[in-house]
Amino acid sequence: MQQMFSPEIETMSRKEIAQMQLERMKHIVAYAYERVPMYKKRFDAIGLKPEHIKTLKDVELIPYTTKDDLRDNYPFGLFAVPMKQIVRLHASSGTTGKPIVGGYTRKDLDNWSTCIARLLVAAGATDEDIFHVAFGYGLFTGGFGLHYGVEKLGATVVPVSSGNTERQIMLLKDFGATALIATPSYAMYLAETAKKMGVLDELKVRLVCMGAEASTAETHQALQDLLGAFPTENYGLTEVGGPGVSGECREKAGMHINEDMFYPEIVNIEQNKVLKEGEQGELLITTLVKEGMPILRYRTKDITSLTYEPCKCGRTLARMARVVGRTDDMLIIRGVNVFPSQIEGVLMGMKELGKTYEIVVDRVNYMDTIEVRVEVGDANLLTDYGKLEELVAKIKHALRVVLQIDVKVKLVEPFSIKRAEGKVKRVTDLRKK
Amino acid sequence: MLVKQLSVFMENRPGRLYKLTHALGQEGIDFVTLSIADTKDFGIVRFIARDNEKAYEILKNAGFTVGITELIGVEVGDRPNALAEVVALMEEANMNIEYLYSFVLTNHNTAKILMRVEDTDRAVQLLESKGIKLLSEKIL
Repeated sequence: MQQMFSPEIETMSRKEIAQMQLERMKHIVAYAYERVPMYKKRFDAIGLKPEHIKTLKDVELIPYTTKDDLRDNYPFGLFAVPMKQIVRLHASSGTTGKPIVGGYTRKDLDNWSTCIARLLVAAGATDEDIFHVAFGYGLFTGGFGLHYGVEKLGATVVPVSSGNTERQIMLLKDFGATALIATPSYAMYLAETAKKMGVLDELKVRLVCMGAEASTAETHQALQDLLGAFPTENYGLTEVGGPGVSGECREKAGMHINEDMFYPEIVNIEQNKVLKEGEQGELLITTLVKEGMPILRYRTKDITSLTYEPCKCGRTLARMARVVGRTDDMLIIRGVNVFPSQIEGVLMGMKELGKTYEIVVDRVNYMDTIEVRVEVGDANLLTDYGKLEELVAKIKHALRVVLQIDVKVKLVEPFSIKRAEGKVKRVTDLRKK
Repeated sequence: MLVKQLSVFMENRPGRLYKLTHALGQEGIDFVTLSIADTKDFGIVRFIARDNEKAYEILKNAGFTVGITELIGVEVGDRPNALAEVVALMEEANMNIEYLYSFVLTNHNTAKILMRVEDTDRAVQLLESKGIKLLSEKIL
């Protein structure tokens, strides 16, 4: 059995978990109804009363909450307590329009750091680790969220924040950090840069806890090979509080959801139907204990599946699969659904390629086009021209097999694709212009 | 007996060749040969520098994908049919030439041919047995 931060919660029987969730669900529904005008209005409109929620199945009666609801109630419209009780505000980056704002009471912050501490321990961390936190500090939930989780665990936190990669590598080396917290793309970039600087062997990083964007098995493998550290992924979103909803344990067989604090469901949105264990659909989350801003059935737009089987690590908490895509990210190319993660999976599986790529979608003469640009990293390809053409053909073929459509492939020079230090943007869709 | 050549992957867009030549030029690297094979999107720049090893390090550090290839160098008389005679030897032995380039130095009466073949060792044996003069890196 592995180490756990909250063994009493993390190993409860499924029956006990369901019991606890039902009690907390009844409470949070009544709490939201009484304190948040949007929820009262919405419940009243369909004649739903909090007391109608008698079983967890009844949760299906509650309308979804969406990102638009959060935007419409910007900034504080969904807060359930007076500002006096709110001790912290966070907000999403808000690339379009107003950001999404979250308000936290002191209790919320405490629960949040507990969630983080649990996932760090699940990833293999102890209170002796030194954590290099390369998430941005500021309104973004990632930096402070992980920061206080590391402190709660009792480990050492190095609040580096984002930017200045070469300096980060110097600090990683000099401070002897044993754990790195970053987005998967930035972790990869740090490792690549450390290699370029010739200091990769001097780093002591043994754990990489990644979040804020989804990663693939291939990225994990690439990172493990390059850095010699054990990568895990964790999951969360600003709308329900930030990172800490779930995280992988050493088994890496799905991300354990902190089910005492979050109630997950998987739904098929078009059919308005809750799906069964193992079925893939959009993840909904209800916050079970949030005081500052309770959220009911939030549509995450993330596509995943759940399993309730106990894990080999000893935890009984439900596990969600790594997010395969977002309903928002899904590209429709000539009528076919394409997730960028499928393309990443193909590219990361090829050793000849660098780890950075971009996807450009356009419409030419009323016809959708998709182009994948990938960096050439292997000098062995340069002995003769045919090898490069064979590589292009091989990538095209592999993409065709996975996506069922033809993709244009373009080889580009190493480091010619822009690296992001925060959330990485891999897809440019020119059709929207 | 072989001549080392550097190969660099390059996208076919403005400014790229300048970046490469400037990176080497400002470090005092002198080119002996330079050839570019291109298609629509990308090409391979192949060259021999006076100091190949230093050139390799410079480009590697500048982030280029750079490889080293061994070529066979042949010296023939600067006269009609000289190249054809060498090519004929290769053809008779059923040896495929992947690519080739040649140059003439104005103060010499010979031409130099550099070629990349699949089986370098066999080609060297063949050409030597036929009395063809092979170049070493120094002769360049």
